[in-house]
Amino acid sequence: MKVRANDFLQAARSALDDADLRSAVTFGAELGYSKRQAAMYAEGKAYGEALRAQAAVIKRKALNRLPELLFQAEENLQRNGFEVLWACDADEANRQVLEIVHTHGVRSVVKSKSMVTEEVALNQALELDGVEVVETDLGEYIVQISDDAPSHIVVPVVHRTKASIRKSFEEEAGMPPTEDVGEMTAFARSHLREKFLSADMGVSGGNFIIAETGSLCLVANEGNARMVTSLPRVHVALVGIEKVVSTLEDYATLTQVLPRSATGQTITVYTHLINGPRRTDEGDGPEHVYVIFVDNGRSQIYNSKYVEALACIRCGACLNACPVYKITGGHAYGWVYPGPIGAVITPLLNGLDQAKPLPNASSLCGLCKDVCPVEIDLPGMLLELRSDLVEEKHSPRAWDLALKLWSWLWRDPTKYALMGVLGAWGGKLLPDKLPGILGGWTKSRMLPEFSKKSFRQQWQQHQLERGENE
Amino acid sequence: MNMSTSLPPRQLPKGKPVSLFVTCLVDLLFPETGMSVVQVLEHLGVEIEFPEDQTCCGQPAYNGGYHKQAKELALQFLQTFENAQVIVTPSGSCASMVRVEYMNLFADDPEWLPVAQRISQITWEFTEFIVEGLGITDLDARLPEAHTFAFHDSCHGLRHLGLGAPARRLVAKIENAQIEEMENHETCCGFGGLFSVKMADISGAMLENKIKHIEASPAQTVISGDVSCSMHINGGLARQGAEGKVRHIADVLADGLRGGQ
Repeated sequence: MKVRANDFLQAARSALDDADLRSAVTFGAELGYSKRQAAMYAEGKAYGEALRAQAAVIKRKALNRLPELLFQAEENLQRNGFEVLWACDADEANRQVLEIVHTHGVRSVVKSKSMVTEEVALNQALELDGVEVVETDLGEYIVQISDDAPSHIVVPVVHRTKASIRKSFEEEAGMPPTEDVGEMTAFARSHLREKFLSADMGVSGGNFIIAETGSLCLVANEGNARMVTSLPRVHVALVGIEKVVSTLEDYATLTQVLPRSATGQTITVYTHLINGPRRTDEGDGPEHVYVIFVDNGRSQIYNSKYVEALACIRCGACLNACPVYKITGGHAYGWVYPGPIGAVITPLLNGLDQAKPLPNASSLCGLCKDVCPVEIDLPGMLLELRSDLVEEKHSPRAWDLALKLWSWLWRDPTKYALMGVLGAWGGKLLPDKLPGILGGWTKSRMLPEFSKKSFRQQWQQHQLERGENE
Repeated sequence: MNMSTSLPPRQLPKGKPVSLFVTCLVDLLFPETGMSVVQVLEHLGVEIEFPEDQTCCGQPAYNGGYHKQAKELALQFLQTFENAQVIVTPSGSCASMVRVEYMNLFADDPEWLPVAQRISQITWEFTEFIVEGLGITDLDARLPEAHTFAFHDSCHGLRHLGLGAPARRLVAKIENAQIEEMENHETCCGFGGLFSVKMADISGAMLENKIKHIEASPAQTVISGDVSCSMHINGGLARQGAEGKVRHIADVLADGLRGGQ
């Protein structure tokens, strides 16, 4: 997918003017956040925090042994009958899928929700090859028929209102007019049922790969993932290399924090532990199951100070918690992953020069870190990325100069005090609204005024008075 | 990285003289808040000194990614307070800069890291110092008439230092003061230092949300532990032609002390 993260500010500004978008995103995110709070702490704060701490350790342990676990996973997946492929980047991943398509004479594909396929733009690659692709997650289906893009990791259409979804269903999919959400869903369901039954191949992502058992794990709520992975004769799962965990026991912990954080559920409606293609004594299931491990920039993160970012289990809790995301929505972040985790991994996966505004798209309020099920220090990483921006000369010259001048004045008590005096005099001369870089501030806030008498002056007077009284 | 939300326990500051780090914003823009801090601490019999060489903790540069400049300011801070026994500051944000972020800033500096570590141990946010440090919640304060207060929990104090409770305990003991929590009191006001300038529109929209909750609250005054938040929120209220009802906790406590006399 093309990266447009450098347009963050413009995109955010137009999102700000879109009242429907703002209220839809705020509503969805706040609902997600409150459901997360309720589910995570249903058994008490201590229990929820212990679960998070345990999940955090498990993912770090797995990252610590990532190369080893990947080899172990490959071996055990193969033993279970999976075919395992490795893709360095988006092109290679798409090429491998197309090869599978050609090998098995695939003309139609049904897909369940997968962010990594968004990352590599698999749908476009398949469609260019003349393959029909149908998204079967309801949200992704809406995105697909309206030529939209997902704006949230878990809730792709969180930015859409019911009215706009109804319009897409009527205009793009030929749904008879209705106001009823149940009828709208039933329409999509009957349409998708036909696609499931006739598709040659199913494409999914993967929430976890368990190295010791060679299992592919998927969590889902709509039942579509079960169809995608069991009805067509071929199933391909694209999985980021960071998704591998060591043991079934580790998975058991992670599968508790993921739904609690993502949708406020203690467990998802469907949990898939797929252990290979159909066995000879089994009545259904695909004849071939492929797992494609996708790197696409992850090794680079692995070898950097940001390795912890690979602990992410894509729950979307940091999006729901983020006051910036709630205002801008997901599209403004300009790539696949929005919100705080997007602000961290978009520059890391694509290059800092491709996403210069994102590390600054945060007030550093820290709520994202508090809700992260694997305790990723997102604000800390944003701070570090900001420093990288400065070090690598991606920050605007004017800011460089302003900050250097400011710190030169401020680190010297004499110059600092002088600035205070100048501010007290000069501040009075400033107009009500300022031009330039301070113009944004004065648009919705009054400027503070320097005090005529600084604290240090008042303190000296106070000391004198005290001396006189004693 | 690796900011820690659960800071280790430390020595209590009882009976030791306090070096006041008033913060640059209080010094230059809101000195009356600094005088309120002095009044409250003197009321409690605390001996105060004000190291004249203090300027700023360096947070604006640090949060902007200018770590070299931040370190220069931090160094000025460490040198100024090197011999302090206890440091008290009326800001959760600046306290967390000194307590938490200095550890990152000086992580690779064997000369200054031990100083930064010691300074981190002896730095207290104002309400934390009174309630947790001195073990005092009742200032023997009263207001002339009944007054309702809500709180805006500033992000760094709340999430880096776990603050919130000390200020509430102090206000709860003021005669005639009533606490009436407002919605979303733990949500960021959108300030974020340079964020409010670099991303002024987004920050402004966050501020708008905060102001909505303040306006919906029946509280007469909203208490903040940071003048940066109150400056931002009051600046927004003033731009809308409304009264700036956010006040620093030290000013509210000092009012209570004056009300009792």
